[in-house]
Amino acid sequence: MKMNRKEREALIDPLFDNNPIALQVLGICSALAVTTNMAAALVMSMAVLFVTAGSSTVVSFLRNNIPANIRIIVQLSIIASFVILTDQILKAYLFDISKQLSVFVGLIITNCIVMGRAEAYAMQNGPWLSFLDGVGNSLGYTIILVVVGFFRELFGAGSLFGFIILRPVTAGGWYEPNGLMLLAPSAFFLIGIFIWVLRAWKPDQVENS
Amino acid sequence: MQYSMKYIFGFAAAVCFVCSILISIANVGLRERQEVNKLLDKQKSVLQAAWLLEPGEKADRARVEEIFQNVQPRLLDLTTDQLLDDEALAVFDESKAPMAEAPKNNAGIVEVPEKVRIYEVLEEGDISMLVLPIVGKGLWSTMKGFLALDADGRTIRGLTYYEQAETPGLGGEVDNPRWKARWKGRLAYDENWKPVIEVIKGPAGSPEETPYAVDGLSGATLTSRGVTNMLQFWLGDNGYAPFLKSFRESGRA
Repeated sequence: MKMNRKEREALIDPLFDNNPIALQVLGICSALAVTTNMAAALVMSMAVLFVTAGSSTVVSFLRNNIPANIRIIVQLSIIASFVILTDQILKAYLFDISKQLSVFVGLIITNCIVMGRAEAYAMQNGPWLSFLDGVGNSLGYTIILVVVGFFRELFGAGSLFGFIILRPVTAGGWYEPNGLMLLAPSAFFLIGIFIWVLRAWKPDQVENS
Repeated sequence: MQYSMKYIFGFAAAVCFVCSILISIANVGLRERQEVNKLLDKQKSVLQAAWLLEPGEKADRARVEEIFQNVQPRLLDLTTDQLLDDEALAVFDESKAPMAEAPKNNAGIVEVPEKVRIYEVLEEGDISMLVLPIVGKGLWSTMKGFLALDADGRTIRGLTYYEQAETPGLGGEVDNPRWKARWKGRLAYDENWKPVIEVIKGPAGSPEETPYAVDGLSGATLTSRGVTNMLQFWLGDNGYAPFLKSFRESGRA
């Protein structure tokens, strides 16, 4: 499939050039909460992808009919419906992981990325572009969650996706797990380091002070 | 573009209508599966407490249901310490169980349910274990779990928590199978049927050497203390002690 420039921009730009977490600093809350292991981080990312892509597409379809004075609440209703749907599906088919994600699936409603894309992009662009933009931004979110989850699970529990890589002392091995990695602040450090590396690679993201 | 008031209200109503239809369909369509999952999760915790399911063992629905054939849920009335009949059990809803104010205790328990669901593990028709629900405060969170007692009403067969939010890596180690294995064979009560089991600081010996003490969780003094207080409360006179006494005397074991 050949994409034109606009489509590519919508899908690819949010990965590194305009990453929702690293550059726009949105959606930090859940990035701290659900990244103690890879499986949870990945499922959370997929949930956000489904919600963002879905709600952006629907909002874009309706964009010319939504009265401007109630547009935020309309967007929110659409997003909330998608979130509840996601939560129900997870509870029915991925119960263990939905237990780990607990309230954070529900809190996707308040994830600024979803609403931000609906208001800033889907209200001005067509459904296909809005869908790509939703997918792109969610993948940008996914990249950060997976990277943070990788380091937190590997160094915090010695495993990846539950498979033991570094056998921890508590399971009779040699690796002394880094307790900090299991706590929320470590995600701050990791995201900070990610932003640092990203801006060293793409210096035009550095804000002038 | 300006819209009329009528249009705005109409649009809002339409959005709400479509959204609510979608959610209702999902809710009704998926409810059965969700209920099954919830029940299965609970049953898994019961089996893990009793070590009928090894930690880390992949347990699908068929396997859990197979083992659960030998587990009999019963409804215990904590106000009278009597077991109720199966009819009462069938209509029992945990989330709606009436609560009674708890007597003063160290375990941070404010109220106790008047009725609880307990489990009898059967072995060739005889009761071999009792699995009792316990709840209490840890350091940060309310911890919920199951305690498996041998049919003698004294020997601990296992302890597991299915809901807790203690510090990962420290208090969260209550989930560690190696620590849980340390409980097997300890004694909950001394000769005078006083609940004396406790989590001590540092390592404890084998169950033969130190039957009334279990290794503390390093770096988690307060969670360990929470476990001790919770066990002493539930094994005490305001918890399961009267029921366990009548159970011993009934000779049903």
